[in-house]
Amino acid sequence: MSGHERTVVGSTIVAILASVGFIVAYALDRSRLMEGVIFAVAAAALCAAFAGCVAWLVPQEKVIDEREQPESEPLYPLPRISALSGLIAVACGTLLVAAIVPIRSLAPNFGNALFHTRWRRGTRLCREDGTPVRAGELNTDSMETVFPEHALDDPQSQAVLIRLPVDISDAPQGYVAYSKLCTHAGCPVAQYRARAKQLLCPCHQSLFDVVDAGRVISGPADHPLPQLPLMIGSDGYVRAANDFPVPVGPGFWGRA
Amino acid sequence: MIVGLIDWFNERLGSAHAVNKALRKAFPDHWSFMIGEINAYAFLLLVVTGTFLALLFDPSTASVRYHGPYTLLDGVTMSQAYRSAMRLSFEVNGGLLIRQVHHWTALIFLSGIVVHLCRIFFTGAFRKPREINWVIGITLFVLAMFAGFTGYSVPDDLLSGAGLRIADAVLLSVPFIGTRTSMLLLGGAFPSEQMIPRLFVTHIYIIPAAIAALITLHLAIVWRQKHTQFRGIGRTEDNVIGSPLFPKYALKSFALLLALTAVAFALGALVQINPIWLYGPYNASIVFSPVQPDWYVGWVEGALRLGPAFALHLLGHSVPSPFWPAVFVPACIFGILLCWPWIEAAATGDRRAHHLLDWPSDAPLRTAIGAAGLAFVGILLLAGSDDVQVRYTHWSIESLVVAYRWLCIFAPVVAFLITYVLASELRGRHGVHHAPRVRLRRNAAGGFDEEPIP
Repeated sequence: MSGHERTVVGSTIVAILASVGFIVAYALDRSRLMEGVIFAVAAAALCAAFAGCVAWLVPQEKVIDEREQPESEPLYPLPRISALSGLIAVACGTLLVAAIVPIRSLAPNFGNALFHTRWRRGTRLCREDGTPVRAGELNTDSMETVFPEHALDDPQSQAVLIRLPVDISDAPQGYVAYSKLCTHAGCPVAQYRARAKQLLCPCHQSLFDVVDAGRVISGPADHPLPQLPLMIGSDGYVRAANDFPVPVGPGFWGRA
Repeated sequence: MIVGLIDWFNERLGSAHAVNKALRKAFPDHWSFMIGEINAYAFLLLVVTGTFLALLFDPSTASVRYHGPYTLLDGVTMSQAYRSAMRLSFEVNGGLLIRQVHHWTALIFLSGIVVHLCRIFFTGAFRKPREINWVIGITLFVLAMFAGFTGYSVPDDLLSGAGLRIADAVLLSVPFIGTRTSMLLLGGAFPSEQMIPRLFVTHIYIIPAAIAALITLHLAIVWRQKHTQFRGIGRTEDNVIGSPLFPKYALKSFALLLALTAVAFALGALVQINPIWLYGPYNASIVFSPVQPDWYVGWVEGALRLGPAFALHLLGHSVPSPFWPAVFVPACIFGILLCWPWIEAAATGDRRAHHLLDWPSDAPLRTAIGAAGLAFVGILLLAGSDDVQVRYTHWSIESLVVAYRWLCIFAPVVAFLITYVLASELRGRHGVHHAPRVRLRRNAAGGFDEEPIP
């Protein structure tokens, strides 16, 4: 047996042993590291065996294929089925359209889903765990993610409630709320930079001015963050004064 | 035994002649011809590992409370989809390994497609008569991107959920059809409860079926048209010289499949990828930073970060800002790619069939345009991770965005000029066909005469 043959035989034996080793490792339910590495070794060893065969053991021959040039040939004369053929084509087309139409069932009517949220006049602002926010509870310059009290799981209605210092804001007790959906691509506008009074979207770095009605300061967003009108109830809870005046979230064709 | 089996089939199908002919088919030996094969094998590996995963994964969005071996998430509410991906990762023997092998193989698949595409482009292999396979190849590239994106979106984790949210915003930005298509694909406004089940069906059935069909067609056409080849001694437009399919090429190809398997399993075992337990389940009001998609979507993400804050308003409708970088720019890139064989034929007036390949320096203009395109997409890809770069460099994100916007214009121009000058300099210096084509002949005086070969 030549040296080359010995190498190939050796690799093959390693492949067999490693394959058995993988089965054993699997049976013993070892870590993914163990199983994966052993399987990789088995594949690599068998690969080496094949590569050895290619390099040393099979004939290093060349073959030459001739290319045939495509030759044109008159087409078999198609029989005319007279006036019928047009009608049949129309029937086939109609049947095809009929077969495709039910796709419509996959797309529910979105109705007002993109235009309105679940906020109404008087809705209390609740944290994700359902506790409503009282006017005294937020410290100045802190931020809270809030939902309408009856729609705690509605991502479309999510908003950020921020308490601004009263000297720079004429909002009720300094409370302002904005939609938490970035108007660029819909990511949560999750970072409040308290000192600069800015909201930052971490996805594409759109920056919004909290003091100036959600105006876009920089970044790819093309319209301001919708502001949720607020009021403080006589019971001391922070409440929505109405729904958002404009659609929330990223722009779309039907949004003027 | 094998001979007996071949006889058995031959007596029923009369296949012996065709098989003999196929076994001696010539396959050119150049290494770059193996890249496409890597992609075919990567797809095979994806189907095998993916079947295992699909049988263990539950795409439901019903919410459950987590109690399992990963105690950091104990008591956290999550979707069934995320729960079953966690079960796959922590409780199924071999589950995490196969998940990671699947993800790594997807990255290899997409990378292989890009390299294969470059090989075809820069050597002019797309020219007549191979335009059909070029178009099929570009379509496969797009399908593979969607396969990858839908694949890493189904576990319903926080990272992929952010990606889906962005993808839906991009879809919504398309004029006329955007909102309806979004409803059609997601089954409701984002994040609809039908979203994950539909992505799952798309990922495991619709896209792979299309890819399998197109790969079959792609290979059948290669087989029918025979391979291209680089210029060399004895190689002409009318022949193909190479190793026979059997035994050499078949063994070589099988070795490649095994090498790919070994690499994918080694990566899957040793290098962590998409650790969904660190991201947590998707929650529409939470996001972390930095967020980045897989690399083959990264250039679109980069384009989104660089895009202008420009919305078009007309007649009570609007085309919002994500449309331009994330729909218009990619559509232009893929549109130009699809039409390239015809663009080049029209520009050069060369409409002949070509079976001998160009070396990249043989066609400086084409090579330079390709380099400019790669530079443009490369800059977009880099811009997709600008938030990470900010972290390490302490530059401001605003100045980095401005820098990348300029680079989008200048990098392609510079790449074009450098490549064009280099290729023009090197033109004609590569390959046997440029060696002096002379024959030496002994003359009567005992010396040698050079006789040019026509």
